[in-house]
Amino acid sequence: MTETGKPIDRVDGRLKVTGAAKYAAEYNQPQMAYAFPVRSTIANGTIASVDTNAALQSPGVLMVLTHENAPRLKALDPQELSQAGGRLGENLVPLQDGRVHYFGQFIGVVVAETYEQARHAAGLVRVAYAEEKPAIDFETELLKGFRPETAQGQPAQLNTGQAAPLLAAAPVKIERTYTTPTENHHPMELHSTIAIWEGANKLIVHESTQSVMTVRAVVAYFFSLKPENVRVLAPYIGGGFGSKGNPWTNIVLAVMAGQAVNRPVKLVITRHMMQTNVGRRSETKQQVALGAGSDGKLAVMRHHNNSYSNLTQYFERSGSPTEVLYSAPLREITYQVARLNIGASTFVRAPGDAPGSFALESAMDELAYELKIDPVEFRVINHTTTDPLSKLPYSSEHLIECYRTGAEKFGWARRKQQPRQTRDGRYLVGYGTAAATYPASRASASARVRLAADGRVIVQSATLDLGTGTYTIMAQTAADALGVSVERIAVEIGDSDLPPAPVSARSITTASVLPAVLAACEMLRKDLMQLATADAKSKLNGVNPAEIIFSDAKFFARSDRSKSDSYSDILRRNNKTALEACTTAMPASGSGLGAPGASCILAPTDSEENSDAQKYSFHSFGAQFAEVRVDEDLGLIRVKRFTTVHDVGRIMNEKTARSQIIGSVTYALGETLMEETLFDKRFGNPVTRTLADYHVPVNLDVPPIDVHFIGKPDPHISPIGARGLGEIASVGVAAAVANAVFNATGKRIRDLPITPDKLL
Amino acid sequence: MRPFQYTKVNDASAAVQAVSANANSQFLAGGTNLIDLMKEDVACPVELVDITRLNLTQISTVAESGNLSIGALAKNSDTANHPVVRQNYPLLTQAILAGASGQIRNMATNGGNLNQRTRCSYFYDTAMPCNKRELGSGCGALEGINRYHAIFGWSEQCVAVYPSDMAIALAALDAIVQVQRADGTQRTIAFADYHRLPENNPEKDNSLNPGELITAIELPTNNFADRSYYLKVRDRSSYAFALVSVAAALEMDGNQIQQARVAMGGVAHKPWRALEAEEFLTGKTATAANFQAAAEAEMRQAKPLEHNQFKVELGKRIIARALMQAMNDGRA
Ligand SMILES: Cc1cc2nc3c(=O)[nH]c(=O)nc-3n(C[C@H](O)[C@H](O)[C@H](O)COP(=O)(O)OP(=O)(O)OC[C@H]3O[C@@H](n4cnc5c(N)ncnc54)[C@H](O)[C@@H]3O)c2cc1C
Ligand code: SF4
Repeated sequence: MTETGKPIDRVDGRLKVTGAAKYAAEYNQPQMAYAFPVRSTIANGTIASVDTNAALQSPGVLMVLTHENAPRLKALDPQELSQAGGRLGENLVPLQDGRVHYFGQFIGVVVAETYEQARHAAGLVRVAYAEEKPAIDFETELLKGFRPETAQGQPAQLNTGQAAPLLAAAPVKIERTYTTPTENHHPMELHSTIAIWEGANKLIVHESTQSVMTVRAVVAYFFSLKPENVRVLAPYIGGGFGSKGNPWTNIVLAVMAGQAVNRPVKLVITRHMMQTNVGRRSETKQQVALGAGSDGKLAVMRHHNNSYSNLTQYFERSGSPTEVLYSAPLREITYQVARLNIGASTFVRAPGDAPGSFALESAMDELAYELKIDPVEFRVINHTTTDPLSKLPYSSEHLIECYRTGAEKFGWARRKQQPRQTRDGRYLVGYGTAAATYPASRASASARVRLAADGRVIVQSATLDLGTGTYTIMAQTAADALGVSVERIAVEIGDSDLPPAPVSARSITTASVLPAVLAACEMLRKDLMQLATADAKSKLNGVNPAEIIFSDAKFFARSDRSKSDSYSDILRRNNKTALEACTTAMPASGSGLGAPGASCILAPTDSEENSDAQKYSFHSFGAQFAEVRVDEDLGLIRVKRFTTVHDVGRIMNEKTARSQIIGSVTYALGETLMEETLFDKRFGNPVTRTLADYHVPVNLDVPPIDVHFIGKPDPHISPIGARGLGEIASVGVAAAVANAVFNATGKRIRDLPITPDKLL
Repeated sequence: MRPFQYTKVNDASAAVQAVSANANSQFLAGGTNLIDLMKEDVACPVELVDITRLNLTQISTVAESGNLSIGALAKNSDTANHPVVRQNYPLLTQAILAGASGQIRNMATNGGNLNQRTRCSYFYDTAMPCNKRELGSGCGALEGINRYHAIFGWSEQCVAVYPSDMAIALAALDAIVQVQRADGTQRTIAFADYHRLPENNPEKDNSLNPGELITAIELPTNNFADRSYYLKVRDRSSYAFALVSVAAALEMDGNQIQQARVAMGGVAHKPWRALEAEEFLTGKTATAANFQAAAEAEMRQAKPLEHNQFKVELGKRIIARALMQAMNDGRA
């Protein structure tokens, strides 16, 4: 392998920085109209009446749709939708009835000649409600909440009630409550749709999505279209962080509007709608109890998890790091979920593990202090090489190496265990650490590769690049698999007409799509070699394929390099303009794609791969180290530097990988220090309305981030050995910082975000 | 955004005439606040009178008084970086640079900065009650989320805070606002009288009459330049409005405080002159204990709301720290 791992620049970098890469909202169409949603101004109740007269009379308005006149779509049957490969962020179909479930819900849409006209007229729609008291207060509603039975097919409640006796008996223990606030994803690119109907049965949708396949399934479902008649395009998207993983009501609304006015329609939501209509991470309240022997060995871990949810089965699995880390003989993990009149909770970068690790890894630090053991050593003492729940060994696990590498690079040895020992002028200085873990998932994915006689290669898959580097590492993978330089390879993704790939979420893209690219390339290479060895005119005629090597778009006989044949020559002699291969790579876990009828979905599974899921547990690991300076008088924290070490299998591209880690740490620093969506309990409206009051980090908040990878390929995840890395570095950051704040000040912060008021 | 008429004028009298002729018209300067408010349907002028061509960008010394006159249309950036401002009024430079972002300061004008409206979230959300936006609809923040809101001088009608950083320094420096009336004549308003407390009329932020144009802001000469400091605490390192900020300035006579100026931001509907603190400090020595006591004296009258009690303690600490910084490294 020569290209794989190299820190090459993004192949789409130039397009992006020059503005040539087009995003969904930029595909303006002739005759295009603009849609702007009408939103509920209450959080619970029903619409009593709607008056659209003023809006209809407003200049440029083509149509106003509300539940009173909107077309009836196919009724939602989540089971049926899921069988068709579709999922929704919230189980809500817009404008089908007058029920209001949350503030800001789409209850109408205005379509007009211009965006400004549509937006203005949307404000003229008068709505009267029969209002009911909304359930907004998390604490109150938790009591009335429910205990979910399953989570992703597994029992959700684990060893309920069993920890208490062990905790009572433990010589050293702590029990603490930690909270994390509601957070919104806020990618730069707003959710955007351009829906273009081509007649009554065919549709093109430009969409900012993390899954063109899911959008296709959802649109086909509600508008009763054949999936192959819906083409969803998203060649570039400006981030998603989970908010574009499942389709939300804005997509259905845009397609409906396009159908109603029989013109292409654009719908771009506002930043405020990003807080109400496209999901959020629920607030969590977590009670963690840990008991240990005086030798520092954990005897029991208990993690009670509380969150809220609405219109979905999804709930925040904040107990997830507690399922994976440490060798305690017993762990009790429970969940309670409140139903609130707030839009659906959904996955946000490192779902479950990000808030969960704040609680678990803060508690580990607290217990390390009780035990008077260095927090790194405490984690090493309790290290486990097998999955504590399934008892399977990890597929590839180098967590202790992460701790050790991180400690060395960071200079952990300089840390003083006692708080308040280090000062720098008026600042107190503190060091903190935390472990990180994230599930290493992989799903089925398909890829097609096409080699043209001019030597150019096209690699295709209906996967996406969220800005992560997918284009680049697909090209690198194909380059090595074919012996062709990266410059000759064009990657095409983000198109539902291409071979299907899973949603780009859960850090699965690298682990899922690259094996498909590799498999397709190998298939193509084999076919091409066959053409050569069978061809009397080839110098390789009759050579044993096992003796043939390849590079520079040529085959060579291993023993005699003068015996060679170029790809182009082979194709030309065989009168072929191109050769193509397409295949599906199935993961160890074998989860299907659910997109029937799609091209090359039914390639054979590799049986050897499949058996691994029963033998290994797949997770990534990491260690986080933070240095903070605290001005305790004013409650100001500066994270001074950050060291982050990850064991995520093979690194496909040093540079894009590093960028992902820096981005993840930055994202998590936002959640640690400032991000919080606040709701007014009377009205259910988010009072943090825009990025002026929902703060994300500015440059000054982000220190130099020192990134290290273990880089050992995972022999079991795939023949490539790469696990995903888009989320893991967001795990443990909050705890590392909070632990550093404690080390600096002696003050334990158990409620995120750590704003100045909490430190006073 | 609603349709509106756009007029560009060339001189101040045309500007005041245009705006006083039409009750629903407004001056447009940098637009960094007004355009946002229009997009949100909070400000709904039927006419915008663009004043950016007016010749009001000079920063120059007034011959008779020695005051520094700062044009209403000078950009915030140019004002902060003007050599005379940096030299004689470093407090103003610091305060301006503590606000917004480089890009916004390049657009924002001094007049627009003074007249920027509160950042209260209920004010911005037309689905919410807000007396400032719609008198009589109620105050959404009073019993809502009010972490950013006032601890001094609020009324049941409005608990909003005034968001400008620049104006906090101007308050401490006893600036004078120069105004051109609708009839073309001039008047001046002392800074302390320029912004107002909400009382029963929160819709009115300041004492300008309809159609009146700010032409300049004058800074009296002073002896604070070596001992002043602007300290702002916010929820992130930059580009955020103040939780609490303090502009502090000291004039010393040996070890004795001749005159102290303390103004606070993020605590009231107007720049809050901490008169109790100032009075306490006059004639005292510049010690940490005295700064502390001055801060305590000021904050005694604070009346926090449900979510902003922390501002009382934070306010004390910032006053004490800002004074200390002014004393020790005001020029830094
Ligand atoms: C994201 C963001 C963050 C910000 N952060 C901060 C911050 O941290 N600290 C801070 O202090 N500010 C901050 N600001 C506010 C910024 O300073 C103001 O928006 C700016 O100063 C307004 O100036 P302008 O020229 O753009 O005013 P405009 O938007 O043009 O006008 C504002 C108002 O003043 C009126 N007006 C303008 N000029 C005159 C005049 N000469 N006479 C009479 N009336 C006039 C207008 O009619 C209008 O009502 C922030 C703004 C944004 C958008
Ligand atoms: S505090 Fe003032 S601006 Fe805010 S809601 Fe109340 S009246 Fe409106």
